[in-house]
Amino acid sequence: MSFISYLINGVSLGSVYAIIALGYTMVYGIAKMLNFAHGDVIMVGGYVVFTTVSTWGMPPIAGLIISVCVCTILGMVIERVAYKPLRNATPLAVLITAIGVSYLLQNIALLIFSASPKSFTSIVTIPALSLAGGQIIVSGETIVTIISCVVIMIALMLFIRKTKAGQAMLAVSEDRGAATLMGVNVNGTIALTFAIGSGLAAIAGVLLCSAYPTLTPYTGAMPGIKAFVAAVFGGIGSIPGAFIGGILLGVIENLAKAYISSQMADAIVFAVLIVVLLVRPTGILGKKMNEKV
Amino acid sequence: MMKKNMKKTISKNVKSNIITFGIAAAAFIFVQILIATGSLSSLMQGLMVPLCTYVILAVSLNLTVGILGELSLGHAGFMCVGAFASAFFSRCVEDTMTNSLVRFILALLIGAVAAAIFGVIIGIPVLRLRGDYLAIVTLAFGEIIKNIVNVMYVGRDSNGFHFSMKDAVSMDMEPDGDIIINGAQGINGIPNDSTFIIGFILVIITLIIVINLVNSRTGRAVMAIRDNRIAAESVGINITKYKMMAFVISAALAGIGGVLYAHNLSTLTALPKNFGYNMSIMILVFVVLGGIGSIRGSMISAVILTLLPELLRGLNDYRMLIYAIVLILMMLFNWSPKAKELRSRFSLKNLFAKNKSAKEAE
Repeated sequence: MSFISYLINGVSLGSVYAIIALGYTMVYGIAKMLNFAHGDVIMVGGYVVFTTVSTWGMPPIAGLIISVCVCTILGMVIERVAYKPLRNATPLAVLITAIGVSYLLQNIALLIFSASPKSFTSIVTIPALSLAGGQIIVSGETIVTIISCVVIMIALMLFIRKTKAGQAMLAVSEDRGAATLMGVNVNGTIALTFAIGSGLAAIAGVLLCSAYPTLTPYTGAMPGIKAFVAAVFGGIGSIPGAFIGGILLGVIENLAKAYISSQMADAIVFAVLIVVLLVRPTGILGKKMNEKV
Repeated sequence: MMKKNMKKTISKNVKSNIITFGIAAAAFIFVQILIATGSLSSLMQGLMVPLCTYVILAVSLNLTVGILGELSLGHAGFMCVGAFASAFFSRCVEDTMTNSLVRFILALLIGAVAAAIFGVIIGIPVLRLRGDYLAIVTLAFGEIIKNIVNVMYVGRDSNGFHFSMKDAVSMDMEPDGDIIINGAQGINGIPNDSTFIIGFILVIITLIIVINLVNSRTGRAVMAIRDNRIAAESVGINITKYKMMAFVISAALAGIGGVLYAHNLSTLTALPKNFGYNMSIMILVFVVLGGIGSIRGSMISAVILTLLPELLRGLNDYRMLIYAIVLILMMLFNWSPKAKELRSRFSLKNLFAKNKSAKEAE
């Protein structure tokens, strides 16, 4: 029985990773850059909800909406100020800029909120569910996390398949030059991608802090890296891939923590990633790239 | 005509090397004078060995990123291997080997060889991948190394060595046994063998190795692979061999950096701060800001970026904030098209060129 509850917790953690990874993978697919600051947007989302709900006493839903708005705007501002001028620079230059943005967000948070961890009160009010005669208890946070992850994934897939903006995203990710020639507003599309990715990061931040209720300026860093791993795991650039990668990663991490060693869990997660990439060099759902001479 | 050109490029190389070594030597003499006249604070003096460590790491990472052209985010992992292997050795022989220089040289060899072995182990799978996949796998390896070091327990008693991955008790040692590597608490009581002079000598050795490698047949083969893998393969360059060679040398040099780092501390622990991906990224920042592929640039930017937060220490809480802003602005200044245009308009070279053409017109 305990196995099932570990599994459910794993899926819950994995759902958070998946939501973050969706943002990562979209940005990577379209802007072809590793947005290292993505993890720190999660942290910003967490702090916004902390301030609005715990300090100002707003209702949780309002806090969540404000958090998503703040992060969406933040994502667009970051893109406009730091990444857009570097659109044609080497990928490494953009990577370093993203690292700079990541340091910047962490240090601003450090100045405003100090390094001491804030205890985050969960904004989820759904009661825990007990299954199998009380042997398995599924917390409200878990239910909300899993459901929101699935809803977000489906919504994103529909958005990309059915709307014009989504089609533009696909076009830009396939061939930016050709998309420009076809009249797609490339800059607008990239900005929209950052907006969506950052909004998702805000939701992920709130869910993460509800499940693990301590908040520091460095909260976002490790989940950000893990989500990046999840995105690579599933094949970076692929939305279902990010979802599968995230869930798998969460499950592996939780089971490793429970059955092997809690200190070695991260090492095991990374080891599985390496094995997957050796067998399938572009991830589980990644497209095989043909090399042109 | 060909020969003349060849000669010219060779002498150009020599000139550039002399400048690189000259800068290093000048900086060393400058610091020595400051120390001798007592105008260097003890804080800054304490920073000198880490400074040499970072220069070594930056130069060695530049071999992977700049010369080989593969993005590695796990460089701190090799440093970690070198640091722990050598610290373990020094700790074991501390009582029997009293000559600190001999002990340190042996520790250096052990650190470098251990890091090189890990370079081979990691290089075999990693170098099959490309681009960002390679980056994430190196990051993963770096984290794995750090994680394993944190759960490793090694002790010694009269029966020999004991090893455990669980805790100190399960090593089953005699009560008078000596715990050498104590899991997350790391290694205690490492002899402080690193000095600024040793650090400087190691920097010079690293520079000699890397610069000679770059200007050799091997280096040209590696750069050919970087510029066009398929073309390089088609003229008969053994891709795997040369890639591996550059990667392993880079790892071994990082190991040397780790040895220097470890012997500057009395307690060595594998924290995310010193051996995690943060460290790898910091070294990468040195390399990119110094100019990818430029050995001299890596050296200078490692020095400036290590000193910058310390020089800003007066600003307390704001110093890392300023560091981040400086980082972003420098990247924007270097790479954005608008900044490029601005720079070319006001660059000295262009001003001189304009004057010249104006004169010629007269």
